[in-house]
Amino acid sequence: MNATSGAVPHGHETAPYEPVFVGPALSKLEALFAQYPTKQACLLPALWMVQEARGWVSEPAMAEVADVLGLTPAFVKGVVTFYTMYHLHPVGRHFIQVCTTSPCGLCGAEDVRDAILEATGCEELGRTSPDGRFTVIEVECLGACGFATPILIDDDFIESVTADRVPALLEGYE
Amino acid sequence: MSDELVTVTIDGISVQVPKGTPLIEAAKRAGILVPHYCYHPSLPAPAVCRMCLVEVEKAPKLLPACVTTVTDGQVVHVHSEAAEQAREGVLEFLLINHPLDCPICDQAGECELQNYVFQEGRAGSRYDDYPKRFNPVEDFGPDILYVPNRCILCTRCVRFMDDVAKTPVLNVSERGDRATIGIFPETRLDHPWSGNVVDLCPVGSLVSKDFLHKARAWELDKTASICPGCTQGCNVTIETREHNVVRLRPRPNMEVNRHFICDEGRMNYRWMNRGDRVEAPRVKDGARHQAVDWDTALARLAESLVGTRGSAVLLASARASTESLGHLRRMLDRFDVTAAVKVPLGDEAPLEGIPGLALRAERAPNLAGAHLMGYTAKWDDAVRAAADAAVVVVVDELLTEAELATARRAGLLVVLSTLESDDLDQADLVLPITTMAEESGTYLNRDHRLQRYLQAKAAPGMARPAWWAAVEAQARADGLATAPGSAAEAFAALGDHVPSLAGLTYADIGFVGRVIGRQAAVGVER
Amino acid sequence: MGYPHPIHPKETPVLSTHFGDAAARSYAGWVERGGYQALRKALAMTPTDVTEEVKASGLRGRGGAGFPCGLKWSFMPKNSGKPHYLVCNADESEPGTFKDREIMRWTPHALIEGCAIAAYAIGAERCYIYIRGEFTEPLRIMTIAIEEAYANGILGANVLGSGGTIDMIIHRGAGAYICGEETALMNSIEGKRGNPRIKPPFPAQAGVFGMPTTVNNVETLAAVPHIVARGAAWYKGLCLGSDKSTGTKLFSVCGQIQRPGNYEVTMGTPMRDLVVDMAGGARPGRTLKAVIPGGSSVPIMTVAEMEDCVCDYEGVMAKGSMLGSGGMIVMDDSADMVYQIWRLARFYAHESCAQCTQCREGTAWTTKILERILRGQGEHKDLQLLMDLSENMTGKTICVLSDSCAAPIVSGIQKFPEEFEAYISKRREPALSPA
Repeated sequence: MNATSGAVPHGHETAPYEPVFVGPALSKLEALFAQYPTKQACLLPALWMVQEARGWVSEPAMAEVADVLGLTPAFVKGVVTFYTMYHLHPVGRHFIQVCTTSPCGLCGAEDVRDAILEATGCEELGRTSPDGRFTVIEVECLGACGFATPILIDDDFIESVTADRVPALLEGYE
Repeated sequence: MSDELVTVTIDGISVQVPKGTPLIEAAKRAGILVPHYCYHPSLPAPAVCRMCLVEVEKAPKLLPACVTTVTDGQVVHVHSEAAEQAREGVLEFLLINHPLDCPICDQAGECELQNYVFQEGRAGSRYDDYPKRFNPVEDFGPDILYVPNRCILCTRCVRFMDDVAKTPVLNVSERGDRATIGIFPETRLDHPWSGNVVDLCPVGSLVSKDFLHKARAWELDKTASICPGCTQGCNVTIETREHNVVRLRPRPNMEVNRHFICDEGRMNYRWMNRGDRVEAPRVKDGARHQAVDWDTALARLAESLVGTRGSAVLLASARASTESLGHLRRMLDRFDVTAAVKVPLGDEAPLEGIPGLALRAERAPNLAGAHLMGYTAKWDDAVRAAADAAVVVVVDELLTEAELATARRAGLLVVLSTLESDDLDQADLVLPITTMAEESGTYLNRDHRLQRYLQAKAAPGMARPAWWAAVEAQARADGLATAPGSAAEAFAALGDHVPSLAGLTYADIGFVGRVIGRQAAVGVER
Repeated sequence: MGYPHPIHPKETPVLSTHFGDAAARSYAGWVERGGYQALRKALAMTPTDVTEEVKASGLRGRGGAGFPCGLKWSFMPKNSGKPHYLVCNADESEPGTFKDREIMRWTPHALIEGCAIAAYAIGAERCYIYIRGEFTEPLRIMTIAIEEAYANGILGANVLGSGGTIDMIIHRGAGAYICGEETALMNSIEGKRGNPRIKPPFPAQAGVFGMPTTVNNVETLAAVPHIVARGAAWYKGLCLGSDKSTGTKLFSVCGQIQRPGNYEVTMGTPMRDLVVDMAGGARPGRTLKAVIPGGSSVPIMTVAEMEDCVCDYEGVMAKGSMLGSGGMIVMDDSADMVYQIWRLARFYAHESCAQCTQCREGTAWTTKILERILRGQGEHKDLQLLMDLSENMTGKTICVLSDSCAAPIVSGIQKFPEEFEAYISKRREPALSPA
């Protein structure tokens, strides 16, 4: 699920857009060109690089990616909005994804979700906590159903989370 | 597609079609329209609307007729119970989020959702009181509004921009039932051919601002015509409401414009509705013009032509029909004639995905026809020749002040005009003529395809086609008892003098046109 | 083995032998455990012989469809003059399934070896491994393993001195269930929306980048080295049920069960053995109610149906369901079937790519109806409507996402009508608050 609903629009860029693909980032992207027969195939990797650099994928960033890969911004936006892991809005410093699909739901994932919402102060899914520290979303099946409930905090994949473990888990993320 | 023919049976009707033909096209040959939304013969088929599901014997599932190609001996049921149930299901799904705003929707009356629901849909809705998807109307481009609530996501518009216009400015955004057609915020749908997405849209989701709430589809009279915009000769339909042209739309012609027209052509119709028209013949009586009837005017013209010696100059609009250009030229046969048409120039705008289709720089729909009839495009030379001419005939072209002064030096200045203007005061004789929308005729396009257009609206006052004035005047001058009385006769008569038209009739041209040879009228140099 | 649990006597560990053994992750550790011998052996065979061996083993696609693997390879054109591609489908995203994740986490070189053999067999010099974006750990581990494989001459321009080239590239997904469908996955690699494509053309004719392509699941490819090393006959001999289902299969058992985990058993093992003996059956004080045997996309089975069902493609089909990916979602008597079915429908509505009408609109509509029933506002006619809509959503679209949404709904209403009735007749408290 994209972190869109109710996201606090803090951090929206008002300053002129600074391109991502200059210097080493551009070289890194250009190195990827050799791995595919078309430049377009580098779209998902390029969007990942944007998100790594900026925390989200803004419209000016889509336009930049389009330019670098010889695509149109509309095409890029169609792709970005298809994949739920690209953020269309700025998110908190730490992005938490809780799996609540059936297998985990059967094992109490919704309690984990609620505990996370409470502990982070986000209150609502898709919202960023007032301190800007966390954004929490529900995610569909993280593919670790035997380790219910799995959550992703940024790139850290954490298995077998229970509601009571939540406060301690969040401590490491400032 | 190969030359090999296969036989398929569709709802009991056997047809032979080339191997590789999609079932949906084979069904058309059998006289059966398989309901569909995403399929369009000029676009790649994505098979996403799932409306064209048909039952094919021996296939385990229903198959989409748009991407299933025929095989020999295939037996297809378009109207079997299973196929009809599947399509009824699709219609039900399409309707759950579709607003029932037909009373205020421009598409109503020519809406494929309305039509197929009427034909094959359920009588009532089972969606109960769930809220319908809502998204605000978006301004996509200079002439295009997107009404997302009506959208059925057939993606014809996206595919047109991607695969035909080769300018992918539209997308499908989001997924699932949140999906809509999107455009990038700073981008406009302003490609010179983008208006086609409005025609392609099977529902009222993409609408023309120009046509917005102008008329209901069922009030319109539709007439086969040719776009008078440029030398491409795109086939169009002129749509009128009580003799007012309200829009032009493409008329399919696979050899010329497939299913498309450019935006410039599409918008080029307002002049057809102008009210400042010459409505009666006028003759100069001393310093003043006097309105007369046609008989008087034609008698005066014949008399003047017979009584004048010297050279003549014909300055004509390239929007004039082949019939008018030809007979006006014939009318002046007794003179040494210089004839030219004016060729306004503009930007060229190709439709990249269709080779040979473009808005042409020469905004002169009948330039080739004019050449065939003995006119050149050397307008300035012809104007210079007018300085020494005894007779100057101007056909529906506004002259500059200098040009008019030159033309006025002739002993006889005859102006055939659609529009009123102060310049007409200079003429010895003013004849009211019809626009191409008010007459039937032919244009010859840049590829020498001769194409017919039909009268779409009534002519104002006493206006008549220019060819009629010409043949009538000539008959009077030559003392003939009869002259061609219809466009068809006028056209047939051209064949006597133009070898490449010899023996041709309107019936031979039909409604997709006919490519003819390039031999011009006898004794005329190109 | 039943990772994270010890090997159960009824298991037949082949792929899972080294699960939990962190030392098996490295190149050196893998070689120590006999790794890359199969690749050496394969390179000494002709590609056709490798394909024939796999064909003879009876290995079927483990991603869900169960298509014979060797046969799929044999569809690749010979001497096409075009580049061929191998695509490894590591987009594991079918709810209930978490086996490919473990293969990549513990035995990344097993997958690389399987991919290399497959690439050799189908004449592909390039292999894309499409790993779902959420799999951060498998992504890290696979990236390191591929680097090691290049460094040790397993990959690159001269594979094990054979002179042949195999390049392996990880392509990270970005959050889309449907990219587990092979044609959607290919679109995703090409930098497009993950929309499934119309077939034909099939991938072997025109796959990724329009070139001949074979797409295989992680588990399928990981089985290949074992088949090459130990022979088709050995693999084919691993069979307790139908002779059309051979070898071992990893079953991901999850949900309301004592010992959730991946259990590797011989095809044809009784489902009861898996669910009750290996995974421990119901949690204390609970009784089992239902199993969704093949990932969430297949019809639900009752416990009674499970009792005498054998786990192979034919056995599960005989019970009116499908083996699918082998992800078994177990539900006990505390499970609210209506709620779970709603939750699955919501999943499919979220994941529908939006192309086909029935799927785009049907997944969302059925979700709304189920939601209303859960709010205590359902009516009897809603059940018939759900059945009608499910019928209209089955067998009519480009891919089977729509069918997958319908399968649990139909089987749920048929097999657990009383649970729906309870909400409709208001005998049960609404599970969701009124809208």
